Amino acid sequence: MNMSTNPKKLRGFERYVKVDNVSRRSILKGLGLAGGFVLAAPVMSRPGFAAYKTGAGEMPHGTVVDPRVFVAIAPDGIVTIVAHRAEMGTGVRTSLPMIVAEEMEADWSRVRIQQAHGDEVKFGNQDTDGSRSTRHYLIPMRQIGASARTMLEGAAAKRWGVPATEVKAVNHEVVHSASGRRIGFGDLAADAAKQSVPSVEGLRLKDPKDFRYLGKGQISMVDLRDITVGTARYGADVRLPGMKYAVIARPPVTGGKVASFDGAAAMKVSGVEKVMEVKGWPWPSKFQPLGGVAVIARNTGAAIKGRDALKIVWDDGANGKYESVAYRAELEAAARKPGLVVRKEGDVEAALKGADKVIVGEYYLPHLAHVAMEPPVAVADVKGDKAEIWGPVQSAGGTREDVAKTLGIPQENVTVNVTLLGGGFGRKSKCDFAIEAALLSKELGAPVKVQWTREDDIRNGFLHTVSVERIEAGLDKSGKVTAWRHRSVAPSIASTFAAGALHQAPFELGMGLVDMPFEIANVQCENPEAAARTRIGWFRSVSNIPRAFAVQSMVAELAQATKRDPKDMLLELIGSPRIVKLDSVKDLWNYGEPYDSYPIDTARLRKVVELVAEKGGWGRSIPKGHGLGIAAHRSFVSYIATIVEVAVDDKGKLTVPRVDTAIDCGTYVNPERIQSQIEGAAIMGLSLAKHGAVTFKDGKVQQGNFDDSPLLRIDESPAVTNVYIVPPGPDTPPSGVGEPGVPPFAPALINAIFAATGKRIRALPIGKQLEA
Amino acid sequence: MITLKINGQQKNWDGDPDLPLLWFLRDEAGLTGTKYGCGQALCGACTVIVDKQAIRACITSVSDVVDREVTTIEGLHPTGDHAVQKAWRQLNVPQCGFCQVGQIMQAAALLLENPKPNHDQIREAMAGNICRCGCYQRIENAVHLASTGV
Repeated sequence: MNMSTNPKKLRGFERYVKVDNVSRRSILKGLGLAGGFVLAAPVMSRPGFAAYKTGAGEMPHGTVVDPRVFVAIAPDGIVTIVAHRAEMGTGVRTSLPMIVAEEMEADWSRVRIQQAHGDEVKFGNQDTDGSRSTRHYLIPMRQIGASARTMLEGAAAKRWGVPATEVKAVNHEVVHSASGRRIGFGDLAADAAKQSVPSVEGLRLKDPKDFRYLGKGQISMVDLRDITVGTARYGADVRLPGMKYAVIARPPVTGGKVASFDGAAAMKVSGVEKVMEVKGWPWPSKFQPLGGVAVIARNTGAAIKGRDALKIVWDDGANGKYESVAYRAELEAAARKPGLVVRKEGDVEAALKGADKVIVGEYYLPHLAHVAMEPPVAVADVKGDKAEIWGPVQSAGGTREDVAKTLGIPQENVTVNVTLLGGGFGRKSKCDFAIEAALLSKELGAPVKVQWTREDDIRNGFLHTVSVERIEAGLDKSGKVTAWRHRSVAPSIASTFAAGALHQAPFELGMGLVDMPFEIANVQCENPEAAARTRIGWFRSVSNIPRAFAVQSMVAELAQATKRDPKDMLLELIGSPRIVKLDSVKDLWNYGEPYDSYPIDTARLRKVVELVAEKGGWGRSIPKGHGLGIAAHRSFVSYIATIVEVAVDDKGKLTVPRVDTAIDCGTYVNPERIQSQIEGAAIMGLSLAKHGAVTFKDGKVQQGNFDDSPLLRIDESPAVTNVYIVPPGPDTPPSGVGEPGVPPFAPALINAIFAATGKRIRALPIGKQLEA
Repeated sequence: MITLKINGQQKNWDGDPDLPLLWFLRDEAGLTGTKYGCGQALCGACTVIVDKQAIRACITSVSDVVDREVTTIEGLHPTGDHAVQKAWRQLNVPQCGFCQVGQIMQAAALLLENPKPNHDQIREAMAGNICRCGCYQRIENAVHLASTGV
């Protein structure tokens, strides 16, 4: 049974990337012809589990609700549940199967997990991105579990000759309480498989009060033991008989290519077997490889040493002059002039002119690299018109599509095996490294592993955008904010898909710009043009990072200007509890979710601010040289507020004694992993605020490894991070967790630094700014 | 021909004597528990124990460890129940898990040298090991737990 397989050929992001340009109309038309614009996955109303809709059905291939696809029961009772999303540290490989086990009454100790290969027709959408897994799959996974349970109960009832209503699955067996008979899942497996799959509409879902696993946080990640003993298998750990090891020297400038090369010295390196030019695609080309010169060897060490000995002359192309200092000045100039209006309420121009005081904040945030601890890596084995891939890919289905397209073979001939991901953060949504391995394997007629070095990762990735965010806020005599103009200038991810993209796509504008929730009479959001000079891609939290930084810094600047408490200022701006109406925004991006199920609800935003203020001791007395800062932000349809305590000594050394974060992510599955995601978000937030920057000179990235591109280390990390999860109402749909924790951290930190020192930092990273 | 002793077993190598130990372990000996993260001793993902000290396998050549005892995660404890490993599981330390082998080896080496480190000593000893997911709070607590009895 396939509830809402989406017939659309395009993957979700491409659709939104193209919304801005001329092809939009034809895409919509095409969808209409394709037989229906599936708006949302249907969800039934159940006692204690009210109906809500998600955007799951809008994702390519939608959701598949079929226990025969996701559940297998062996005669010995072992239940195998398929994990169809990628595990990169969020715990999804545990939490989604746990939902199935919960509904089917399986005993978790007798459950095994099987990772799905890439096949979205079979499993539904597999693109593990956008903090979507739980919010899109809570209900489908419950339905799958309930279907399996119903089939097991039906099989037992038939065997005993009693009505199905008299039997009940309880902890891995089916019980007939009237007669005291019971039979294990293993004994029922063969008969249950013969039962017809029940209709979704008739399924009985468990009453949440009977949950054993969901919402409890008692179950550890299924890979925990393997991780601690070194047997957990990441992409880098795949080894095949006869496999060759490759590293590639890629063009240092985006859009560059090999002019000539000399591989003679490389060939003399012990262990090197071959040096060859590899195909690249002109920029922009979505996720296609950059090309360059590959060194093939008997081990990775030899390949790297061989690459060091290559002599390559590059043709840098049009981006050879990309330079970060000059580019910043370009963005700032653009932000000081009017741009494309993307939200408009009232008359902001008049309101600013008539204001008693205007506060202007201009904020700069640089490019960031994902720097997952496992750099991109993939293994491919291409034989004739068949290809098999092993790798840490966030999008198994997308990888399958792109590898098939590149090799010119049918998708059915491509098998994508998803390993554990040694971190993802959006980098591994792009499958260029898997395509590279496939092309090399085809050429060499042998299995090939392509390993990116750390330098490759930092210099040849898909960077987080670079942006200038300029906010002008007008205050009246009473200190009330009456005007808000926010200009956001940043090269768009759309530029990685199509040349000439100068404006941000709706999915970028919707991340903290046009969805700004404050209750202000005159609001205008503008998006002046910015041309990309390198590959831009999704980075955990995406455009929310610069937007939350600007908006939440401005809140504290307004508090300072009006001599008010920053938390009170924040609550005043959020305003009355209400559903925010954004009628002036064309193509509003709501993280792909229907607005009626996932509106901007200021009551929920207020709640996390109030909760963190209470639990985090806002206003508590702190030592001299310490400061408290607060920030709140809605992203990925979740609500988060963070308080950071900093200490800055007289030499400008920054430490973080304490972090408190409150999150409202609706109905949740595994609070233990929510806590770990939020703890991690504080570390990543502090890391990017203190150190995060990728800069360019002569078109080339100036950093290369952890010496010149530092990440936060344990001796700089917050002494303690406390996490408070808002208990969901019975009807609250699940929302994102992986990404929302990052955006409010940096502004809370910067606001705390201001409270401690009186110094307002408007450009990241902090670097040496506190030492002056 | 170079002969190495890894987890108590003899391993022979007749290739480049300058090959980093990391790549010998992973690609030639098939011991993939030890990870590559930077290649320049900056992140600690490749940490192994040589004799009783934590070293970075990415900048240590195979010829440097001849006649010395190399211990990788595969040889840390016969059943994977070293106090550090147990503490890691008890506190659910990992997220993606990729750096955790290096973290565990570093922590095990720390406890060999200092069985009861205080929190500052833990932070200092573990500062060479980067975790991008940000598990530091739990790493610190797990080392402390391992040192006080799991």
